[in-house]
Amino acid sequence: MDVFLDEFFNAEVMLKYLPDIIDGFWVTLWLAFLVVISGLTIGLALALLRAYQNPFVNAGIILFVDLFRALPPLVIIIVGFFGLPFVGIRLSGFLISWLSLTCVLAAFTEEIYWAGITSVNKGQWEAARSTGLGFGGTLCFVVIPQAIRMTIPPLTNRTIAITKNTALASVVAVPEMLTVAQTSLAYAANTSPLTLAAAGYLLIFFPLTMLSRWIETRFAWKR
Amino acid sequence: MVEWEVIRFSFFNLDTLLEIWPMLWRGWLVTLQLCVAVVPLGFVAGTILATIYSFRIKPVNTVLIVYVDFFRSVPPLVLLIYVTYGIPLLLGADIDAFVAVLFAFTLNSSSYFGEIVRAGIESIPKGQMEAARSTGLTRLQAMRYVILPQALKNVAPDLTSNTIELIKATSIASVVALPELLRMGRVAQGLVYNATPLIAVAVIYLIMLWPMVRLLSRLERRMMSSR
Amino acid sequence: MARVEPVVEAIAIHKSFGDVEVLKGVNLTVAPQELVFIIGPSGSGKSTLLRCCNLLEEPTSGVVRITGEDITGVGVDINQVRQRIGMVFQSFNLYPHMSALGNVSLALRKVKKQPRAQAEAKAHEALERVGLAHKADAYPTELSGGQQQRVAIARAIAMEPDVMLFDEPTSALDPELVGSVLEVMRELRNSGMTMVVVSHEMRFARDAADRVLFMDAGMVVEQGTPAEVFGAPKHERTKAFLASVSGH
Repeated sequence: MDVFLDEFFNAEVMLKYLPDIIDGFWVTLWLAFLVVISGLTIGLALALLRAYQNPFVNAGIILFVDLFRALPPLVIIIVGFFGLPFVGIRLSGFLISWLSLTCVLAAFTEEIYWAGITSVNKGQWEAARSTGLGFGGTLCFVVIPQAIRMTIPPLTNRTIAITKNTALASVVAVPEMLTVAQTSLAYAANTSPLTLAAAGYLLIFFPLTMLSRWIETRFAWKR
Repeated sequence: MVEWEVIRFSFFNLDTLLEIWPMLWRGWLVTLQLCVAVVPLGFVAGTILATIYSFRIKPVNTVLIVYVDFFRSVPPLVLLIYVTYGIPLLLGADIDAFVAVLFAFTLNSSSYFGEIVRAGIESIPKGQMEAARSTGLTRLQAMRYVILPQALKNVAPDLTSNTIELIKATSIASVVALPELLRMGRVAQGLVYNATPLIAVAVIYLIMLWPMVRLLSRLERRMMSSR
Repeated sequence: MARVEPVVEAIAIHKSFGDVEVLKGVNLTVAPQELVFIIGPSGSGKSTLLRCCNLLEEPTSGVVRITGEDITGVGVDINQVRQRIGMVFQSFNLYPHMSALGNVSLALRKVKKQPRAQAEAKAHEALERVGLAHKADAYPTELSGGQQQRVAIARAIAMEPDVMLFDEPTSALDPELVGSVLEVMRELRNSGMTMVVVSHEMRFARDAADRVLFMDAGMVVEQGTPAEVFGAPKHERTKAFLASVSGH
């Protein structure tokens, strides 16, 4: 037991590396925030674009979505960071991580938004259009409000699952929480800094996971 | 300005590909082993969790919810590093990297699978359990023969989706030096000094997973229209 | 006269859901080969009483004996007991992922541990009794409501129970399908099956029941032969109820 405490919950080590971990915490939070904002926005934009039913645009969107749903996020990040420089494109690890996760989140959320949009009865479109509302107006005032109820639970789940991947940025030297924890772990030869980082992730994601659980029961949809 | 010739040389270099192909093949085999082990492990563990949950024993379910939410909140990479670095320090002995990866992924994926199967079980009307019990089936028999077959069918798209996510997630095992596909791709890239191995890795993942993603879209659409 | 052991004997059954007391000390005795019919307004506790008889609901207090054995006691293997109590539900509750034959043979195979061939032969026999042998391979979605309910009856009788409980077996059916189910129930009765039926089919009660129980607000208000209860009800509440259902 003592070995366990000393190895995983060493107060001395924790105290020493806490300030560094906190620095990393802010980087993680900032990256997560950016990914959520850009990913959700681009996902929505793609879904709306798809509603216009232009065959070429839609083929492009489906290709994008399939690609980023099929590729592991870490592979995307590594290709971006270690591959692109060979053709003269040099982006920071932070930027690569942000862009990669944004594309992944956008791909997944586009599908969710799209499922929501198509789930709204065709009669709703016809009714709205018959009253003289335009395409955009119908989408904004009639379809989207109804689609939201159906999309919120999978949206929150997916967003959490993908945003957790900010930890992958540690592989491309972004000074986020896991990177800091691993460096500290190496210096201290003790796992306690990693415990701190895990606690940091729990601090961000545990409340969100519980929130999504609550939303799921709240919006429980008759299947 | 990026030129086509540079792209071809760095990303789609056939000579490089032929040279490093055996490495990627070996890496792919490890990835395959990992998937074949971790998908059933996670699925079975998750199904057991969901079955226990369905018995509605209050304190047990509180523990289950905390377990599930805990492992859904910690990034798998953090968990993986925790397990691979922490456990040897604790035991004073090395453990096999493959075993460590299996352990970490089972913790993580059983939570996700557990949530999905739970939702499936809850989608089955109460009368099914009652009818089964009224003929003398035990609770476990009713679960096994009546509830779970229907529940799993109802959540087939989510199970497929989670299987895809899990297969993708095995790539993070490269970080703890397990010689799976991505790891071998990076090693190869270090040898040949161009990006072709990485592109090849991405393409191999696409070949593996794109059909599954397509299948998933079809499943989702069918579920939607059958409701 | 020697006392005949009742098949079902429920004594002083109380059942509460939270603060609501649904059964307030109900007694029910069913003799072998008897058909007891339970009527009463919705919410009177008739279904709950039925479900207490095979412990789908655990009585808050009271004793249930099946052929003399106390099944509410500790250490009773309820699955053993339930084999001997068939139940038919309002909503059929057929297993949608199994054929009619699969529905009927499941418990034979898994509870009675019969080999598949034997169980299926037995299940065929049961389906034949309800007139659906030709639908053995059909799935529930391919059957009409009346056919589904008859498969559900076959599922129960295949276990050769000592008693069968019917919980509003025709309430979910379209009017034209009710007759086929009642016919099967009549055949069962004529073959000597002990039955407890909760239903609103007053005509059926009149000519098939040995005894009618009228329940209201968690209590048995009165009971007697169909002629007594329908012909000359003693209580105001019974009269009011019968008047309200004969209106249509």
